[in-house]
Amino acid sequence: MFVGIDLGSRAIKVAAWQGGNLVDSKIRESGFEPHRQVQEMIEEYQPCSVLATGYGRHLVKEYFDYQVITEIKAHALGIHALLPEATTVVDIGGQDSKVISLNAQGQVVNFQMNDKCAAGTGRFLEIMAASLAYPLGEFGPAALDSDQEVQINSMCTVFAESEVISMKNRGVPRQHIARAVHASVADRIISMLNRVGYGETIAFSGGVANNPCIVEMVRRRLDTVRVIVPENPSIIGALGASIHAQSQGRATE
Amino acid sequence: MNAESFEIKAYPEMWKDLGMDVERFDKMRLMLGEIYRKTYLTQKNRPVKMAYFDDMVAEIHGGRIKEILAAKAEGRPVIGTFCVYIPEEVVLAAGGVCVGLCGGSQGSIPDAEKILPRNICPMVKSAFGFKAGRICPYFQAVDLVYGETTCDAKKKTWEILNDTVPTYVMEIPQMKKQSDRDMWLSEVKEFKAKVEEIAGKEVTVKELTKAVKVMNGKRRALQRLNTLRHSKPTPISGKDVLLVEQIAFYDEPVRFAAQVNELCDELEQRIAAGEAVPSKDAVRIMVAGVPMALPNWKLHNLVEGAGAVIVNEESCIGTRYYKDLMAEDASDMETILTDLTKRYMNIDCSCFTPNNERIDQVLKEFRESQADGIIHYSLQFCHTYNVEEIRIREACNREGIPYMFIESDYSPEDVGQIQTRVEAFLEQISG
Repeated sequence: MFVGIDLGSRAIKVAAWQGGNLVDSKIRESGFEPHRQVQEMIEEYQPCSVLATGYGRHLVKEYFDYQVITEIKAHALGIHALLPEATTVVDIGGQDSKVISLNAQGQVVNFQMNDKCAAGTGRFLEIMAASLAYPLGEFGPAALDSDQEVQINSMCTVFAESEVISMKNRGVPRQHIARAVHASVADRIISMLNRVGYGETIAFSGGVANNPCIVEMVRRRLDTVRVIVPENPSIIGALGASIHAQSQGRATE
Repeated sequence: MNAESFEIKAYPEMWKDLGMDVERFDKMRLMLGEIYRKTYLTQKNRPVKMAYFDDMVAEIHGGRIKEILAAKAEGRPVIGTFCVYIPEEVVLAAGGVCVGLCGGSQGSIPDAEKILPRNICPMVKSAFGFKAGRICPYFQAVDLVYGETTCDAKKKTWEILNDTVPTYVMEIPQMKKQSDRDMWLSEVKEFKAKVEEIAGKEVTVKELTKAVKVMNGKRRALQRLNTLRHSKPTPISGKDVLLVEQIAFYDEPVRFAAQVNELCDELEQRIAAGEAVPSKDAVRIMVAGVPMALPNWKLHNLVEGAGAVIVNEESCIGTRYYKDLMAEDASDMETILTDLTKRYMNIDCSCFTPNNERIDQVLKEFRESQADGIIHYSLQFCHTYNVEEIRIREACNREGIPYMFIESDYSPEDVGQIQTRVEAFLEQISG
């Protein structure tokens, strides 16, 4: 068995890979002392090797001497394993978003990351959902219900929140504001896709892929392209790490 | 050099005489020493001859300042600079000293932001802040700051800086037509007159020819160093070469060239013995773009921390400073000054339009350095390099060169993100 760990900014994900299949996965909030969380999460497994990715990868490298890869490579590997037709990966996580372009072998040929702020990330959506008093799981569906085009102009999370508050106080119904928030994230993804370039099939990964409105908006904006989402998008990074753990194991045998 | 005992030497009496904020500066000295120790002295397998450059860092705020003050006491002009366009030959010929001023650190930026707008180049803010906070001994020691018009932020900041230190501004043309060359020549002549005025003597053909030879010698030594590091595997870390290039801006040029040549002798032995830093199969990265003023080691530290090695700086701190030499055999003043103008006109700063020479130069250095990929590095709000990046990216795409663009400033806040991007870029190159 090969275990991949993705230490993200909001959650830790674990994937167990055996015999060419994903046999188990777990997700937990990052909390404090992520290395201890990791230890608890993987103690039931007897892996041949463990490999880490995500923002916390260097921490567990320090503690447990695991090998590491970046989340960019991990998401590319994870998506390619599940959806080999994907030419481009859109990974939107807690604190950043990435567009990764792949070759036919699933290798990274180009990538782009968002700027160093929360704009266009899962955190942005969380803050806006809280500001509109939506539980996170209802935020996307509510936005899908709206048919009104209002616009948020600011990409900075702090300024966008002020905009949301002022819309609220002008009496704009909250599902319309929710829609505007989602549209601003979708527009940002489209602009990153345009910078990197994309092929015929775009696959989502990362926690924000669970939001149906974001996926739908990207799909509508790119109507000639196939936009697909794997079954459990949050664990793609961990899955990619577990797959790489196996190939590393082979390489050193 | 013993890593544990390394420190930047303190000269509180001298700093006080220079009118510095001694208490604050002493804290900065300790911090710089610590960063240097961690960044440089933990490297494995460094060339022995780097010891001289370690010493130059230890004495950056002491020994070298003493030498400069001694020169000043003899009536020799001391001129501070930020730009490779300063005709150093002219300053040397007048018996003067050129020093690169402080401008590479986050620490002085809050001082600058009390006065300057926040959304301008960090190098300009950092430099201005060092003077405003009285925390750079070089700034305190100079007779004159040489400013130029290579960007709007600098151009307008000189006006404000002139309130606290005499600032001479030389106009740099932005195109390379004949009229621009004529203008540049007349600017060089005016600058020469200004230096002569401070020195209290006229520059002779003999002295200028000697200065040309000194500067050529220094530039040749740096060219030699750069050629040697291009060997595969490379015998020296990118961080160490960057440091030597940074020290080039404040050391005495003849001594510096001799030390660089000694380092090169050692590197030749290392190459013959097949010694590699950091390892034979390390990914080789070429950096292109804006200068990295000391102690801006941010990008080099991240790239080499991830196991790769930097093998070239296409930058004002690197090749743009030393790739061009001057003829040494001219016999009259007009010819020397025309040669000099020609040499400086070859500098392919992004302030020029068009600047296609730079695209060719980047590709040439990529091939010569046997690099595996290019990272274009720009400082925030550096419009000319940030826009010219588009042309560099297009050229790299055309040539199939792995390429990444990083825009950053001096703050540590984006280190995590840049680290991920750098590591992913290295993974992309390794396949």
